[in-house]
Amino acid sequence: MKIVVMLKTLLFNLLKGPVTRKYPYEERPPFPGERGVILMPDESKCIYCGICARKCPSNALTVTRTPEKEWKYERFRCILCGACVEACPKKCLEFGDRKK
Amino acid sequence: MSMIVPFGPQHPVLPEPLQLRLEIVDETVVSALPVIGYVHRGLERLAEQKDFQQDTYLIEHICGICSFMHSTTYCTGIEEIMNIEIPERAKYLRVAWSEMHRIHSHLLALGLLADAFGFESLFYQIWRTREHIMDAMEYTTGGRVMLSAACVGGVRKDINEEQKQFVLEKLALIEAEFKEEAHVLLDDYTVKARTVGVGVLDAKTAYERGAVGPTARASGLKMDHRMTGYFAYDKLDFEPVVENDCDAYARTKVRIREVFQSIDLIRQALSALPDTPLKTAFKGNPNGEAAVRAEQPRGEVIYYLKGNGTDKLARCRVRTPTFANVAPMLHMLNGCSLANVGVIVLSVDPCISCTER
Repeated sequence: MKIVVMLKTLLFNLLKGPVTRKYPYEERPPFPGERGVILMPDESKCIYCGICARKCPSNALTVTRTPEKEWKYERFRCILCGACVEACPKKCLEFGDRKK
Repeated sequence: MSMIVPFGPQHPVLPEPLQLRLEIVDETVVSALPVIGYVHRGLERLAEQKDFQQDTYLIEHICGICSFMHSTTYCTGIEEIMNIEIPERAKYLRVAWSEMHRIHSHLLALGLLADAFGFESLFYQIWRTREHIMDAMEYTTGGRVMLSAACVGGVRKDINEEQKQFVLEKLALIEAEFKEEAHVLLDDYTVKARTVGVGVLDAKTAYERGAVGPTARASGLKMDHRMTGYFAYDKLDFEPVVENDCDAYARTKVRIREVFQSIDLIRQALSALPDTPLKTAFKGNPNGEAAVRAEQPRGEVIYYLKGNGTDKLARCRVRTPTFANVAPMLHMLNGCSLANVGVIVLSVDPCISCTER
């Protein structure tokens, strides 16, 4: 009959201390390539073709050409799939910080 | 005299909004009636209104645990309709991410099972181990759960040498840590007292009631859809995990052995990654129908897809493994004590979000 099988793990945990970080004082740096909020750092590169809006599965992007050229992004509709970033012919879209 | 006790949808043991109306006499459950519909989102209907390529991301959101497996199965269906042969590297990568999802799902389920029988430190310990595989998925695809790595014709992401080493390091960590935790789940006296002989489902009933996945395999049925060799499973060496004890302990044992099996499969897949492109280019829209199956952590999922030559699908129907496992679960609940209901439900590992879509 085994009743103290967890003892080794418990002792190890007691000696090692917490494994969690003291967030928000200590943050884990994001992995390279992490998908975050969609950004367009340089809007002058955009040709307003609307491919990103057509690829977007959650209708988070709207591109208008008339009366004014406009690229609009709704953060709370975005599911961070990255279809727009991949499809952009001018490569003017990129991922930003996930927490923003 | 019997009385009805509602179990869920808000219950400390249940991770998912399922209600079971339990008819009990004293402390014994006489019958159980499932009530679902708390998280229905109409995703099948929505999938008919979106572009078939946008559906890949939508279908991924059917489940928050086996998301990648849903999207790859969907993509396989579209590829079958459109006669697209995916590159070899994509097949191996699909296996690697699918198996990462299996590890993540089984560790989650085992942790919740530990919580269900009141062993909270074991629950936290298992979930701590699970973080390693979440990191591996995040580093390789950019997302912890929603990998968005599948696309029609192949995969969107690649695993480079650096990421491969990271995944292998994490797998070694999981293997070492989970060996200790599996030892507690399998050998501890109090854990065995809660799982051995609880929720018995014999092989004949499991077959007749249509059990799938670990629930069926723990009842001695050798049913694993991976044996048919879809993706690159035909080139990898593995045997389905089968146990014959038919109880909650056997189902736990099947999941534990499958975690180690998945670790082995990822290692095999990553070591044999062929050097081919990631996806096949294609033109046109799906016209025709296909029914495809895949082995998810909870069992076999079936997708029925019908295209009508336009960019929108005419029908997208999903039969999830939990739906198949509800009938066997009700059989297990008959005659059990009220205190064991949580353990039995968690030993089946139901995913109601999948089931209701």
